[in-house]
Amino acid sequence: MIKMTSEMFLQHLANGISLGSLYALIAIGYTMVYGILRLINFAHGDIFMMATYFAFFGVFFGLPWYVSFPITIILTIILGMTVELAAYRSLRDAPKISIMISAIGASFLIENLAIVIFGGRPKAFPTEELFTKVVHIGNVSVQRLTFIIPVVTAILLIILLYLINKTKTGMAMRAVSKDHETARLMGVNIDRTISITFGIGSALAAIGGVMWGLKFPQIQPLMGVMPGLKCFIAAVIGGIGNTTGAVIGGFFLGVSEIMLVALLPGLTGYRDAFAFIILIMVLLFKPTGIMGEKISEKV
Amino acid sequence: MKKRDYYLTVISLILLVIFLYFADRYMDAYIVRILNLCAIYTVLGLSMNLINGFTGLFSLGHAGFMAIGAYTTAILTLSVNAKAQNFFLEPIAAPLANVVLPFFPSLLLAGILAALAGFLIGAPALRLKGDYLAIATLGFAEIIRVIFTNTQNITNGALGLKGIPAYTNLWWSYGIAAFTVLFMVLLINSSYGRAFKAIREDEIAAESMGINLFKHKVMSFTIGAFFAGIGGGLLGNLLGTIDPAMFKFTLTFNILLIIVLGGMGSITGTVISAFVVTISQEALRFLDQPMDLGFIVIPGVAGMRMVVFSILLMLVVLFYRHGLMGTNEFSWDRLINILSFKKPLLKGGKK
Repeated sequence: MIKMTSEMFLQHLANGISLGSLYALIAIGYTMVYGILRLINFAHGDIFMMATYFAFFGVFFGLPWYVSFPITIILTIILGMTVELAAYRSLRDAPKISIMISAIGASFLIENLAIVIFGGRPKAFPTEELFTKVVHIGNVSVQRLTFIIPVVTAILLIILLYLINKTKTGMAMRAVSKDHETARLMGVNIDRTISITFGIGSALAAIGGVMWGLKFPQIQPLMGVMPGLKCFIAAVIGGIGNTTGAVIGGFFLGVSEIMLVALLPGLTGYRDAFAFIILIMVLLFKPTGIMGEKISEKV
Repeated sequence: MKKRDYYLTVISLILLVIFLYFADRYMDAYIVRILNLCAIYTVLGLSMNLINGFTGLFSLGHAGFMAIGAYTTAILTLSVNAKAQNFFLEPIAAPLANVVLPFFPSLLLAGILAALAGFLIGAPALRLKGDYLAIATLGFAEIIRVIFTNTQNITNGALGLKGIPAYTNLWWSYGIAAFTVLFMVLLINSSYGRAFKAIREDEIAAESMGINLFKHKVMSFTIGAFFAGIGGGLLGNLLGTIDPAMFKFTLTFNILLIIVLGGMGSITGTVISAFVVTISQEALRFLDQPMDLGFIVIPGVAGMRMVVFSILLMLVVLFYRHGLMGTNEFSWDRLINILSFKKPLLKGGKK
């Protein structure tokens, strides 16, 4: 264990919180889809990856960031809804194992299409002075982005919670996640509701992707795999199906990952395994996560 | 078994042995290598099908077990000199440096170690269901890979191992593949196999019929891991070099493609599709290379093959969910019926 000054600690904490916010944004997408379809959307990490590429090409073709980023969000929503339409919709009543295989297939297809179209070599994400400027507070120096990310996440979470709990669409989403058949009998358009859920998840992944690109400005076609898996883990830690839980799980995972590397530099190589160890612990001792409800199986 | 079927089986086995003899002697190294890969993927496919197809546990940890098998055989079969050359960053841990075993014991040990890992992983993870199990096993495979990347003095870390003796030949790979097929057939038709299938169809019903869920799940998982370890060992000694990056999720994806295409829960299907997938992976290599059509040259795009295979996987799952064989198995009656173009009689003997 190395000694750490309070400045260093604050710096690591700030880094952990901003990484955790990014995890949280992506984890929301997993948790919403799982809540409504009981399905791990394996392609979600790759949708996130595509978002960084959309933003990259927007700026690459000379669009200013405030035009390019909204276009990115729209394109990503379209992509997410297309994945749902092509890979999941016709399998609604299929055995679960088929849907999961289809999800894995979709994920591989997006990754490899990205390799074919964009090339396997990493690209440098255009950085924006406005976001990446380093600010000094006392002895702690951090990028502006480190503050912007958690704020954006908090705002998006508030909007999302309003959407889920107060609007008609949100009510439909909650109804479908409880019981497809009953929701249909009550006049909810199931396909449309699921499509909207994918759209919202993808929009959050797009915002997360853009900020991820600004924070770690190197993008490549397989960059979505690890964050994707980790964010699913974050969603499980928080209690899958629960939006607030996903955010808490994201923060928990982000902060503890950064702190682990900071406190025990000898274990840096094991950083990627750490999330999985947490996952297995959670699944064994509290499978419902921090905020999840217990679901008992009906015979 | 009918007498006719008995003769046909013996004849086809003899034909296979003759074919292998000629392939071993006269065919060029590239084709022999592909034939070896076909047999190895048969072993791997069958081991995954036992877990995923027959017992209905969606496990994605195969690459991890293969890594354990491949590294065990590689370290045990490398000569003392080759080990010294490989481990130039950090010398290999003392007891391993001077151990050199023949191929068969190392392969067996590879299987046993993989099975042990399977047991240790399975015992806690198999309490989970469905997609939780998938993610947990995927996570375990990833943890194994990360550990292998970091244990410099045992696995040589990210540098991998080079110069592994090429012990794998057609006799080994096809011998083990044949043994695996036989073992799986006997296992599936035993009371254990019926218990596995009962668990796949309905866990709660199986449990209320008195099947010990946990015991059978762990058993299926451990046996699957054993054969995955052996397959990994064969693969390592065929390729000659291994490194941790080989054992990523893509490898599990390939085996998943094989069992989905062949039919989850069919031994015959897995064997057929192991050959189909392995051969087409080689045959489609041209997609990754530049193509010269005479008047126009299409530049090669690396990764195009994987696009084709992911589309194939999705098409099978979306439109042809049962794969080539579904849960059916090969029988001579069926084959003869197909070959003679005769429509089997309808039920009730009506034409």
